[in-house]
Amino acid sequence: MTKADIIEAVYEQIGFSKKEAADVVELVFETMKDTLSEGEKIKISGFGNFVVRDKKARVGRNPQTGDPLTIEARRVLTFKPSQVLKDALNEASDG
Amino acid sequence: MTKSELVAALATADSTLTRRHAEIVVNTIFAVMAEALVEGDRIEIRGFGSFQVRTHSPRMGRNPKTGEPVPIGSRRVPFFRVGKELRERVDGEV
Repeated sequence: MTKADIIEAVYEQIGFSKKEAADVVELVFETMKDTLSEGEKIKISGFGNFVVRDKKARVGRNPQTGDPLTIEARRVLTFKPSQVLKDALNEASDG
Repeated sequence: MTKSELVAALATADSTLTRRHAEIVVNTIFAVMAEALVEGDRIEIRGFGSFQVRTHSPRMGRNPKTGEPVPIGSRRVPFFRVGKELRERVDGEV
């Protein structure tokens, strides 16, 4: 599934033109990106939470040479799926 | 930001978009994404990230209260990988 499939689903759901559907889907992801870039988390009930986390600097290793190297402090985005989504994935396979 | 705050932000950003339409759009997006994952489909949103389903093998877990071993069956777990653009933006604005 790509953005084009999502646009198609929105187009079928509402009486928007293809262009309007594409623009609004674009706006949703741009708004989410802006929010996350500011360090704010996004909670989508029934789907999951997108959370920005601060990682401390640590000493890692170059996996090829084994040489120790410092991994700088950084900010990362993590996704925590909701229980509803996790259950949905497993009902389907247990079924 | 919650789902309803996202809906409100969309209606504010686009004056031609009603709150009701914004809500339908947001609900549709996450519903089709959840459906795709249930089907085992991979989702790729350029600049945002990708979602895929990983299968975890069965393992023995433990009841954290009693310490008793408990079998945990094979299960499917959604996995998100952040896209390059968003990863850089999240890290860049520290």
